[in-house]
Amino acid sequence: MSAEFRFDGEPVSVEPGQSIGAALIAGGRRSWRTTRHGGAPRGVFCGIGICFDCLVTVNGEPNQRACLAEAVAGDVVTTQEGSGHADLAC
Amino acid sequence: MPTSPAESRYDVAVLGAGPAGLAAAVSASQAGARVALLDSAARPGGQYWRNRGDADSGALHHDWSTFRALRGELRGRIDHLAQHAVWHAEHDEHGLDLYALCDGAERIVRAAALVLATGAYDRQLPFPGWTLPGVFTAGAVQALLKGHGVLAGRRIAVAGTGPFLLAVAAGLAQSGADVVGVFEAGHPAEFARFPGALARNPAKLTEGARYLATLARHRIPYHPRTAVIAAHGDGELNQIITATLTREWQVVPGSETPVDCDTLAVGYGFTPQLEIPLQLGCDTRLDVDGSLVAIADSRQRSTRERVYLAGEVCGVAGAAASVVEGHLAGLAAAEDVLAATPDPKQLRRLRRQRGSLRSFAHAMHTAFPVPAGWIGWVTPDTTVCRCEEVDARTVEAAIDELGAADPRAVKLYARPGMGLCQGRVCGYATTCLLAAREGRTPTADDLRSLTARPIANPIKLGVIAAGQRTGPQTKPAGANSTELKNYSVQCHMRHVIL
Repeated sequence: MSAEFRFDGEPVSVEPGQSIGAALIAGGRRSWRTTRHGGAPRGVFCGIGICFDCLVTVNGEPNQRACLAEAVAGDVVTTQEGSGHADLAC
Repeated sequence: MPTSPAESRYDVAVLGAGPAGLAAAVSASQAGARVALLDSAARPGGQYWRNRGDADSGALHHDWSTFRALRGELRGRIDHLAQHAVWHAEHDEHGLDLYALCDGAERIVRAAALVLATGAYDRQLPFPGWTLPGVFTAGAVQALLKGHGVLAGRRIAVAGTGPFLLAVAAGLAQSGADVVGVFEAGHPAEFARFPGALARNPAKLTEGARYLATLARHRIPYHPRTAVIAAHGDGELNQIITATLTREWQVVPGSETPVDCDTLAVGYGFTPQLEIPLQLGCDTRLDVDGSLVAIADSRQRSTRERVYLAGEVCGVAGAAASVVEGHLAGLAAAEDVLAATPDPKQLRRLRRQRGSLRSFAHAMHTAFPVPAGWIGWVTPDTTVCRCEEVDARTVEAAIDELGAADPRAVKLYARPGMGLCQGRVCGYATTCLLAAREGRTPTADDLRSLTARPIANPIKLGVIAAGQRTGPQTKPAGANSTELKNYSVQCHMRHVIL
């Protein structure tokens, strides 16, 4: 039975136990972060929590590893730009 | 000494719930030990038996029955502390303390003995375009499939070196992906040089033959002595460039061939996960595959008292060897803590099995080496460190112009390994680039300097600050919590702010 979370406002369906990253890939998305320096797109690379390439903001909390974070119905997930701390004046 | 929220002490803590850790927990608990099994994942199985819980039929797994048997043995006998990410470990006068993060809070688990079964992750070599979305590690593609039931793409190339590529390609084909080819930089015929190791491991041969049969059934071409030397795409991968290699992995001029695909699964062997063994002061050495591994004796004892090692941490040898070593480590820990004498016959059998499986691993590593020729595929613009976006030009300038003479100096001058992953991905490549510049191969000291990480998992400053304990007794010696905090900030700013 699949549930849904929202990614940048769009609904994404997710199977029980799936990570946010797996659900995004299943939905056809390959990248959801831009790098701090080059602004380059990144998505899942290592898939097991080693590389930190797949970071997303989940329910307002930046720097969550999409490959590890289990998707919960109703989660609000957003693309992370740079460090994810643009709201901080530093 | 921690005062809170430490809890009552276990006889044996096992870190990692993969093949080695599960077996260690089984053997230690059967010997009468009170066991805690800590793992960062929600479900046991590790990377090898990464699974979808009750939704998983086991069809994509190798040796699923062993996993079910081990898991069955543990039910109700041990404390499985799932989703516990251990960021720090240390000895104190009572035994060992593991500092774990669970649900955003810290939990301290104390034990008289500790079995480290932290496994390994894919070893990567940089090449132009490897940061494009659509390029995955081979392990990632496998994890997406086995752990989440998701195909990483539609048209998938599998590349790198070693038998793991066959398992990945076979699983993808069975699941309906269009696998455009397996590009093996080495040559499996090299295996023929080790008839003894092959004869002692018929199960390994059967497994390999089964993967090859799956590839043949799906008409997937297998290209030995061929590598992916570049990836192209506008925002995401749409084409790879393959090339024929010499034995030393130099590109044969004119052999470059474009292959259209949307996904690449790539891996060049594995890197053992050594943060916790190094934090505890376990001695390490260079293994035959060029990886840094922790040193274990014939009973899986490390060089530190009451610390045991099992599986890939003491040399990448696969799941079957990990299970055998896990049993040995669990028995040794129970014997040392509880004076539970193991059955000598069982010990002999396990040690014989380990000998056979290790001989196979040695043959595998020797048959599928990673010679330095790959450095020739790296252009000046190629990203080496994905986190800090450091290119090969900058790394080489740190060596040639700034005079960096060891990998740590390269890291300090040019920042490879300074980012979020703390050099887990680029550490090996950075070390190889430096060594090649000096006309040598990487040493254990080279690798050690980029593998030691006082913080093994990201932790928020707030969690450290909230801990009602004094700081760990090591690193830096005698630090109070404020000093530890400052130390963490200085050394691991990016890690800590996550």
